[in-house]
Amino acid sequence: MKRLKVFGSLVKDSLDTITHGSKKYHLWMALLTFVMLAGMYCYSIQLEHGLSVTGMTDRVSWGLYISNFTFLVGVAAAAVMLVMPTYVLKDIDFKQAVLIGEGLAVAALIMCLAFVIADMGGPSVLWHMIPGIGVFNFPNSMLTWDVLVLNGYLFLNITIPFYILFRHYQGKEAKRSVYIPGAILSVFWAVAIHLVTAFLYQGLQARPFWNNALLGPRFLASAFAAGPALIILVLAIIRSFTEFKIQDKTIKKIAMVVTVAAQINLIMLISELFKEFYAPTHHSESAYYLFFGLDGKDALLPWIWTAIPLNVLATVLLTFHKLRNNFKVLFFCCFILFVAIWIEKGFGLIVPGFIPGPYGKIAEYMPTGIEIGVTLGIWALGAFVFTILAKTAIGIELGKLRYKK
Amino acid sequence: MSNNNKKWFSLNLGRKEKTSSGSCSCGKTSGGCGSSSDSHHMTDEAFNEAAIHASIGEERTKDGFEQVFDVKMDRRSAFKKLTASLLIGAGAVSTSCSVISGDESKEKAQIDWEEQFKGNYKLMTDKEKEGTVDRLVRSYQLRTGKNISMSSKNAEEDVLFGYAFNISKCQGYMDCVNACVEENNQDRNSQMQYIRIHEMKDGKGFNFNEADDNYYHEVPAEGHFYMGTQCFHCDNPPCVEVCPVQATWREDDGLVVVDYDWCVGCRYCMAACPYDGRRFNWSKPEVPEAEINHNQHYLGNRMRKKGVMEKCTFCVQRSRAGKNPACVEACPTGARIFGNLLDPDSTIRWVLENKKVFRLKEDLGTEPKFWYFMD
Repeated sequence: MKRLKVFGSLVKDSLDTITHGSKKYHLWMALLTFVMLAGMYCYSIQLEHGLSVTGMTDRVSWGLYISNFTFLVGVAAAAVMLVMPTYVLKDIDFKQAVLIGEGLAVAALIMCLAFVIADMGGPSVLWHMIPGIGVFNFPNSMLTWDVLVLNGYLFLNITIPFYILFRHYQGKEAKRSVYIPGAILSVFWAVAIHLVTAFLYQGLQARPFWNNALLGPRFLASAFAAGPALIILVLAIIRSFTEFKIQDKTIKKIAMVVTVAAQINLIMLISELFKEFYAPTHHSESAYYLFFGLDGKDALLPWIWTAIPLNVLATVLLTFHKLRNNFKVLFFCCFILFVAIWIEKGFGLIVPGFIPGPYGKIAEYMPTGIEIGVTLGIWALGAFVFTILAKTAIGIELGKLRYKK
Repeated sequence: MSNNNKKWFSLNLGRKEKTSSGSCSCGKTSGGCGSSSDSHHMTDEAFNEAAIHASIGEERTKDGFEQVFDVKMDRRSAFKKLTASLLIGAGAVSTSCSVISGDESKEKAQIDWEEQFKGNYKLMTDKEKEGTVDRLVRSYQLRTGKNISMSSKNAEEDVLFGYAFNISKCQGYMDCVNACVEENNQDRNSQMQYIRIHEMKDGKGFNFNEADDNYYHEVPAEGHFYMGTQCFHCDNPPCVEVCPVQATWREDDGLVVVDYDWCVGCRYCMAACPYDGRRFNWSKPEVPEAEINHNQHYLGNRMRKKGVMEKCTFCVQRSRAGKNPACVEACPTGARIFGNLLDPDSTIRWVLENKKVFRLKEDLGTEPKFWYFMD
């Protein structure tokens, strides 16, 4: 009973926290709400007319939604790069950052689920996928694996920080014996969510562009670059807007993680390019389309030729200690790396998988305004969720939110 | 609806006459059934007309799936669709509990409710299959006043369907494509076609990259040959493996089918198919009322809704009734051969045994049941 009372008080206090703030905070939340509403309006149009309002067709049947989904799974998985040193290796530097990282993972997972639902043709029969009530094609379908690992990871990332914050809220220390097993599990789980998501594509013999053993490892490398890069940017923002102390040391350590992951990612990219272009086969056509265009169809060229230079530039800059330790350069690098990987792991991965089609037909894909509207709405939803979570967590960690007996 | 309530419909006996629905048509399930209506002395047809006008009015003019399930909604109410299941459910409950609304609308609500929450066709017993088919037929009748015949016939024993395509004979007339669209009630707006005819250049071999599957000129064109593709009904179908809800599966007679009502529209199967065999209803499929094929099968050409997958079923409504698929029948050159692979006397077996046959992308291990050969 007492716990319930504490929980009620926590909910009330956090509601109080998230509804009060500076003018900038209110402006930020109002903006997000507006974008979310606009996204919902776009989604209502999609519900009414079907997915024909998107740019997707029978030839390119996955587009912007699934691209964002794939990328965000990586962002969610990246929380592990903070969890492991903090909880498992007892590295105190990350302690402040790790709650933020887990909050980011929760927001990213919610966005993932929203993108999958936005992509569904029949969201009203989604209950067919619920194990027990519906028919769950496990273990044959990788999509069912993905449903399991994503929801499991979401559960882990909600419960662990919640337990720690709940204890801190009451002015007690969190017991290591309670959260360490969960933290260790979540480390493996994070690798699993991204690997399983890669297997979703990797397992399709119909699409040679995806059917490639490097896809999974490359997903992980790019995720561990883009995710922590986003965390650095978020920490930088939190540092300048709140009293929450994040030491330079912490950011520098995360920057190290980003750098190594970005370097590995680049090596894998070179390996992929070598395989596709040194001895090109029929199966290299998708890569040709992506990088050079086929038959004069070249919609993806501006995207990929933005992504590759940004990726290389960021990796090179980050490699030099002097440049990396300059925070201005670091934040710039993190930003361009994030954008580069978003393009590469999103558009640059999903769309060319369908082009050329099974019989060589080249039909291009271009997202429509409605599709972009829904996508922006879901990103706003993620930012909204994250802001709420982070504000409460920071309040508790700073000792502003405490249970009054 | 109860399964044994067959006042309006008998299963696929080819009966085309109007069923007698003069008496109260609400099943035993609805509580407030008044006595028989005063339409006893009306003819069945007049009764139907009156009932339809009273209950649905303008919806009669709609096409395709609209006629069966969808209720007209404006944009403002589109948010409701977010929770479509709940809404339909709530609507059905309130209607069936209401004492004011008529029996017809109560029955309609009851059908909608049961259809929304029915299970996967693959896992249904024969009785449940009949039940859902009866509901769909009744629903169609309530909404349009037209009778359709819908079959739930299962695969027969010792039957395995196979298909062979004679590349030397095909002239690219596309009669098969037209027959397929008409037979299978495909969406006319998006011009959905299960069959693609690839026009290839002589001397280039089977070069799909340079082939044109969307030509609009006189055929046979000089210096070209033609090759048709459609769903190959693989024996090891990748599309079936990946479906998260088992909405698509391989039947015992080798047909790869989709339960349109169970599909959630994730399109994973489409990405997994190496043969471009699957189609998606990106918007609400529409077929003019006059062109609807009323001879239907649950797994075949019945009306689809938006947001679900569909595909060639080797015309399950025909093939399981002992006929050839529409494409085979329509082909003017005899390039298409269909039959039972387990029957040693079938033409398809003769082709497989006496011609040099090959299949597409055999290296993928999908084991298509669709062979190509030349004279």
